[in-house]
Amino acid sequence: MATSAAARSATLADARPPRAGGGRPPGEPRRVAYLYILPAYLVFALFLLIPLGRAVVLSLYDWNGLSVAEWVGLDNYRQVVADEGLRAAFGHAAVLIVFYAAFPVVVALALVATMTRARLRGLGFYRTVLFVPQIIAMVVVAVAWRQIYAPDGPLNQVLRAIGLDGLARAWLGDFVFALPAVGFIGTWVQMGLCIVLFLAGVSKIPRELYEAARLDGAGPVREFFAVVLPALRNEISVALTLTVIAALRNFDLVYVTTAGGPGTSTTVPSYEVYRRAFEIGQVGSAAAVAITLTAMIFVLTFGITRIAERGAA
Amino acid sequence: MNRPLRRTALAAGLVAVLAAAACAPGDDDEASGDESPEPTSDIQTDPSQMGDVTLVVWDQEVRGGQNEQIEALNAQFQEMYPNITIERVSRSFDDLMTTLQLALTGDDAPDVVQANNSRSSMGAFVEADLIIPLDDYADAYGWDERFPESVRAVASYSDDGVTFGEGSLYGVAQQGEMVGVFYNKAKLAELGIEVPQTWEEFVAALETAEAAGEVPLPFGNLDQWPGIHLYGAVMNREVPPEEVRDLGFGREGADWTSPENVAAAEEISGFVDAGYFTDGFNGAGYDPVWADFGNGTGVFLIAGTWLLADLDAALGDDLGFMLPPPREGEPPIATGATSLPFAVTSANEHPDAAAAYIDFITNDEAMTIVAENGLVPSVDAGGQQASSPAQQEVFDAWETVTSQDGLVPYLDWATPTFYDTIAAALQEMLGGQITPEEYLQRLQDDYSAFVGG
Repeated sequence: MATSAAARSATLADARPPRAGGGRPPGEPRRVAYLYILPAYLVFALFLLIPLGRAVVLSLYDWNGLSVAEWVGLDNYRQVVADEGLRAAFGHAAVLIVFYAAFPVVVALALVATMTRARLRGLGFYRTVLFVPQIIAMVVVAVAWRQIYAPDGPLNQVLRAIGLDGLARAWLGDFVFALPAVGFIGTWVQMGLCIVLFLAGVSKIPRELYEAARLDGAGPVREFFAVVLPALRNEISVALTLTVIAALRNFDLVYVTTAGGPGTSTTVPSYEVYRRAFEIGQVGSAAAVAITLTAMIFVLTFGITRIAERGAA
Repeated sequence: MNRPLRRTALAAGLVAVLAAAACAPGDDDEASGDESPEPTSDIQTDPSQMGDVTLVVWDQEVRGGQNEQIEALNAQFQEMYPNITIERVSRSFDDLMTTLQLALTGDDAPDVVQANNSRSSMGAFVEADLIIPLDDYADAYGWDERFPESVRAVASYSDDGVTFGEGSLYGVAQQGEMVGVFYNKAKLAELGIEVPQTWEEFVAALETAEAAGEVPLPFGNLDQWPGIHLYGAVMNREVPPEEVRDLGFGREGADWTSPENVAAAEEISGFVDAGYFTDGFNGAGYDPVWADFGNGTGVFLIAGTWLLADLDAALGDDLGFMLPPPREGEPPIATGATSLPFAVTSANEHPDAAAAYIDFITNDEAMTIVAENGLVPSVDAGGQQASSPAQQEVFDAWETVTSQDGLVPYLDWATPTFYDTIAAALQEMLGGQITPEEYLQRLQDDYSAFVGG
């Protein structure tokens, strides 16, 4: 064609008088926008979409990673549903969501609400300290907590020092307490993120709102539900999204602390993916678990944002 | 995200899916398997006659002494045969495990690799024709005489990769490793116990140590696998070695629920009740426990010879090592294997040179260099000069157990899923969650599903 895209769009724009409402807004044609996102999209496709597509394909095969794969259709998915051990792993992930998402959000909300009523000196310092667990690599966190939970580790030493010998136990080797112990590490890690997010949100609330609430005779509880909570809706949604994802994709923490034990009491889906793909050579089945997990994360986070949006409307 | 963009993303995703779907995974490596040069009947064993050859060797000899011995041997080999160039790629064990599979199926596959003995590594490579059988080279170089049968067994597979522990030889290894009993001589003297010669004496010693308030048998099972080694040491006292081999190699005809196996499982759970292990062993890490043993906590430690250097440094002359003492009148049996065997890939264009190389790094002079670097040479260990009393005991123990074919395989080799099965079930049995019978039934279910199917 003779004319350049820009020139052509200019002539088109000249030819058609701008219409009010309907049609497309004035300015450059929309399609050019795709050119702008193309570089980022290529990277996105290369490193995310293609591997994802590949994983979907793999999940339909019975493949040990070496020999020629055999097409099995949805069999891998059927086995994911039928596998008792895997169902237990998803159950553990659900427990971890409570520890990773519910606890940190609730506790952080309570702390932030308290902070809004009392002026705290050195807030910046606390904020930094609370955020530190987020910055440390999860493997380092896991190794540190493994020592804290050791049979003769600091936690048990403290318990014994204050006379609570009965509570001291081999935390990570206990069939009842191993999963909560791992979950608590998640609570510790995610707490800082939630607090920092909520503090930022609270700082946007105009003073007048508190004053109005107090003039209307609201106590601290009423004030929290009428002023703080609604204002933090978006922050809560973000915090829940991030923490729920962290709970479901939890791999490193379990890998380093318990490797799924004792018995199978702390197995999680991500760990199953790794185990199947790299340890027992069931690449197809590993991909099926991974895709199932991805779909679950997608549905959950989509649900969280939807609820937050609907509430806002 | 606006609508058209979302649709494009979906379309692009679909394209990616379809492109990837065009070929079944694993399809493309069929050709390389067929082209593999089969060793001919006239094998060239003189490397200087092989012309200019470059061998790419992947090994995991990265830690202190391991690295030094392989560097020394590579240098010697190239000095002797300047026409052969060794291109060494060294990786940690974990790195090797996760990357070797891809490397072998890629276009630029290495020539010689250290492959883990297990079914999921070496077995899978055999099945996919990625490594070649070395039987003809074994004849040419006399490896059958060099390596005792129980050492060769741990690198032998049937040609389809299904049967483990017999069939063709697929690799040879430089170093030996076994699970034995380390002990603290000072503690034994304190307790007035002689070094136990029989299993009965050993159990009696545990009782004495417990009564004296010591930790008789420090044990940390948080990492799950240490329990498998400990269990093997007890099992080998009760179950005949042939049956242990059938179970460990995942071969038909054995039974996890046999009376001997029940006796072994009950014996070890009796150890728990008697308080012979570290308190809270299921929550105690492996490393802290042996480190504590090095600092004087505990009397006996059932562990692999890979701890020798560290424990030697910590305990010095107080450290002793012995094979798990056999029952009165029984031969010595120990769980063990070799370091990762060196195998020759089918992508390799110079199998003669590759075989000459692995012969060179496992011959008599090589064994001396291995021993000099503080490692257990896979053969002729008894003839080597050790640098410490405990090391000499380890060398002698390896010589004793391999020369009497008393080496039995790691139990988790049995089936592809057996590691997880036994690791979890053992934690549960030792933790009192299931009975010894339920534990054995879980193992039997995994084993029979594999050999039956």
